[in-house]
Amino acid sequence: MKDRIKHIIKVVGIPRITTITLLIVIYIAAYYLGLNVPSLFSDNLVRMGMNGVLVLAMVPSILAGTGLNFGLPLGIICGILGGLISIELNLSGLLAFFVAIVVSIPLSIFTGYFYGKLLNRVKGSEMMVGTYVGFSVVSLMCIGWLILPFSSDSIRWPIGSGLRTTISLDRYYDKVLNHILNFKIGSIEIPTGLLLFFFLMCFFVFLFFKTKTGLAIIATGRSEKFAKASGINVDKSRLYATILSTILGAVGILVYSQSYGFIQLYTAPLMMGFVAVAAILLGGASANYASILHVIIGVFIFQGLLLVALPVANVIFPQGNLSEVMRVVVQYGIILYALTKAGGGQ
Amino acid sequence: MKNKNAKLKSVLIQNSVTIVFVVLCILGIIASQQPLPFIAKELITRIGRNSFLVLSLIIPVIAGMGLNFGITIGAMAAQIVMIFAISYGATGFSGFMICMVLSTPIAALFGYLTGKLLNKTMGQEMITSMILGLFANGLYQLLFLFLVGTILPIGNEDFLIPGGVGIVNTIDLNGNVMYALDELWTMKLPLVLMMTGVIVVLVMCLMLFRNRKEKTKEQLKHLYARIGMGLSLLVVGLILQYTNNIYKFFNIPLITALFIAIIAIFNIAIFKTKMGHDFRTVGQDKHIAHVSGINVEKRRILSIVISTILAAWGQIIFLQNLGTLNTYGAHSQISTFAIAALLIGGASVTKATVGQALIGVILFHTLFIVSPTAGKNLFGNAQVGEYFRTFIAYGVIGLSLGLHAWKAFAAKQSKDKIDLE
Repeated sequence: MKDRIKHIIKVVGIPRITTITLLIVIYIAAYYLGLNVPSLFSDNLVRMGMNGVLVLAMVPSILAGTGLNFGLPLGIICGILGGLISIELNLSGLLAFFVAIVVSIPLSIFTGYFYGKLLNRVKGSEMMVGTYVGFSVVSLMCIGWLILPFSSDSIRWPIGSGLRTTISLDRYYDKVLNHILNFKIGSIEIPTGLLLFFFLMCFFVFLFFKTKTGLAIIATGRSEKFAKASGINVDKSRLYATILSTILGAVGILVYSQSYGFIQLYTAPLMMGFVAVAAILLGGASANYASILHVIIGVFIFQGLLLVALPVANVIFPQGNLSEVMRVVVQYGIILYALTKAGGGQ
Repeated sequence: MKNKNAKLKSVLIQNSVTIVFVVLCILGIIASQQPLPFIAKELITRIGRNSFLVLSLIIPVIAGMGLNFGITIGAMAAQIVMIFAISYGATGFSGFMICMVLSTPIAALFGYLTGKLLNKTMGQEMITSMILGLFANGLYQLLFLFLVGTILPIGNEDFLIPGGVGIVNTIDLNGNVMYALDELWTMKLPLVLMMTGVIVVLVMCLMLFRNRKEKTKEQLKHLYARIGMGLSLLVVGLILQYTNNIYKFFNIPLITALFIAIIAIFNIAIFKTKMGHDFRTVGQDKHIAHVSGINVEKRRILSIVISTILAAWGQIIFLQNLGTLNTYGAHSQISTFAIAALLIGGASVTKATVGQALIGVILFHTLFIVSPTAGKNLFGNAQVGEYFRTFIAYGVIGLSLGLHAWKAFAAKQSKDKIDLE
């Protein structure tokens, strides 16, 4: 019995056990504090679908052996550009959303190609280089947002120059996915379209890793030497994985934005990569291995923690923003934990 | 002749980053259309403010741990001590010194823990130290937003957010430790230049006449060059003193300069000791270091401890000059800016010198001063310049890390090839 418990702990992992327990405790606390638990739970589902695709973007890069993709902001920026172009064309509804995706995909293939080429040149330091490439591009795009020639009134500041810091999607594609086929079970609202889209993306990625290219990527991630020996073009596999990750980042931010109702420009994408990384790690992935299940579990737990902790913390501790501090500690704590597990040691 | 050309070419390539930034700075100064004395005055302030922090990065680089993004943690140690000390009435130079002394053990402890963690993640030190900085920031916020006022007492109720829990966003240092170090002893610029010139000439002459016979031609050349530099400082000082200009009224914070000089000399001197040699060996090859009897892990921890302590001191110097302590933000950007400055000076992930640190501070902060107005003049928007300098900071770090990783990977690949053959 004791051994079995030990085995379970080892399989699930201490961080996961802690966070799942924490999530359950917070839910129970929310119930006893008289908060509206069903509505919290439906918000949790929304948050899961909203962030899910961004987290999914980690899977290809982890499986290909390029590690946690801290360069996610690259994909995010491509997605934002697609989203803005769709607004500029004055489209609305689902059409606008899909046009945004269609526009952002070639952009992210282009970006991902060069990013992938770079990552192939810096093997062993992908995470560090990726982080700073992401940071540089975000800050370069800050200049971009100031001088890009968009003309729609929803995008530009009414006076002065440059684009708005947050762009409301009210008249365009605000919550288009969330509102598809959503229904209520009791007082729990299910955002069917959003979740369906998320699971569909998960399914696509799952299928992709069953194809020849996908299997080659997995083999590359397991061991480059063996992959090379069995005739796989290692660099190409890594390149494909990076491109896929960038595309998912672009689609992910569009899903996020439509659910959030706003597109955020300037420094907003800077730290988004870390949130996604933390979520997949909480779900049970490591810097070397990840699965779709890790994505789904991780994004549910992490977003649940963030969401439910906020009102609970506010009731218990009215001053300050305890849940935000907790987010920082959990988010970076789990990344550190994963790094120590992945680190080679001597 | 051909040989000389090749040499010139290699010098240019080795210093390409610095040269690019010299050009950028000159262009920026021209585009900003600001008067030179204004830029010079700002620059002097910023050199005094930032040099110490940048110098704290050097030892871990030599010890092979890369750029220590964890200096943020040293800065947090400094701020924790400063906030408590000032709330209990620390003022003036004595208050400043109390902060320096008290922050040392705390920074040492933080450095020790950081070093322990970095030993577990060898090969990924930089990303780990960066994430650790962000993680520690969470704990720091926990301390100052929730524990102070509930569990921990604070000396001055004015520091608390109304309601009694948590520290306010900004703490005014005016009237307690602002300029505690800077205004202890100031001197006019020409005098300082002349004095430095005389000291350099004297020291170099001493070195020249001691064991003159044993010195190689190369060493002699270096010494002569330095004597020349000292003399030119003296001449510039004299010219400034006896002509009509604004520069001669600039005040130089002598004690701050002394602190920076001491730490600069420390960074040079330590590599002449056994400990310094150990750092270098560990940095070059951990395996060889281990075989030759050096306790690699201990040396690595020590290098991070020193760096963290220096960063804490550096942050105190930084804040006493700045005059306001932004409780939750003052530490967040320092690692990025300090590292960017070091790299602009021509350092890399595995090589950094005191000279590079100082040149880097000058170039990076010149760019910092001129870029908003340059952006405004060129694009009609000051924000362009501000984003541009953030981009420069991130970009130069990214570029440098990328180049280093590329070189390391290429070296490894060619080594693998040789192994196979």
